Amino acid sequence: MDRNHLKHQVLNMRRSLFDQLEELKDDANPNFVEEIVTLFYTDSARLIQNIEQALVNKPIDFVRLDDMLHQFKGSSSSIGAKKVKEACTQFGEYISAENAEGCTRALQLIKQEYAVLRRKLETYFQVYRWRDNLDKLRLHICSDLHKEPSGLAICEN
Amino acid sequence: MNIGGGAKVSNMRALVVDDNMVNQTIHHRLLQNLGIENQVVKNGKEAVDVHSSGKYFDLILMDMDMPIMNGIEATRTLRAMGIRSTIAGVSTRSLDQEKQEFMEAGLDDYQEKPLTKAKLVSILHKINHSG
Repeated sequence: MDRNHLKHQVLNMRRSLFDQLEELKDDANPNFVEEIVTLFYTDSARLIQNIEQALVNKPIDFVRLDDMLHQFKGSSSSIGAKKVKEACTQFGEYISAENAEGCTRALQLIKQEYAVLRRKLETYFQVYRWRDNLDKLRLHICSDLHKEPSGLAICEN
Repeated sequence: MNIGGGAKVSNMRALVVDDNMVNQTIHHRLLQNLGIENQVVKNGKEAVDVHSSGKYFDLILMDMDMPIMNGIEATRTLRAMGIRSTIAGVSTRSLDQEKQEFMEAGLDDYQEKPLTKAKLVSILHKINHSG
């Protein structure tokens, strides 16, 4: 994947996924986005494990499964994970029909979409940490250069 | 803070009722970001208990699916207790029948998750126009 494609993908993801969450950052909560994503990972791992266990139990408790699904759908929705949410909606239809095989297939789709989401999030944080480090480096250089009479164009933005 | 249309939120207090930590955290920050002091509880029974202890909230954001006491039961109970706060249901449920049952329990508004700043502002405008 070349750098432009990656940047494009991350920028698109940022507009669709994190606009609202980014706005909730402030001086008191500078790492809000990373914190909420970490919370989402922990929560999702727990829910996926519980759902898998529920599907193995005989007979399947579809009511409990529905409760867990709605939890996962809710947190995915709040974080902007649209594809995971859509996969949860499909899963919900199989739960309503009490279709165990359908539920198992739907869970595989949820896990696939969740894995894709995690890769995108990791790329997002890598790119934006890189950009933040670059900004800090620029500030550091500008600070040093401004001690000299001649500045460079790098410091004009 | 003024959110437009003459609505003032600086003296408002809100209660977030949701069993999921991701939602709790986001809804808490959304309200905080608008300057609204707020408390978080994790199910309908805790929402009822906090009111029984004498606390009052201008706005309650009520999730539907929660253990121990769900949002529908909690809303009915709060209304039966005489609580007249604005209660907005916030849920992933999208079927009309599900929403209707929740509304009939005593909601003033219903918003499908994700709860965004825009949706929250529309709820807040209702508080000010009905107050």
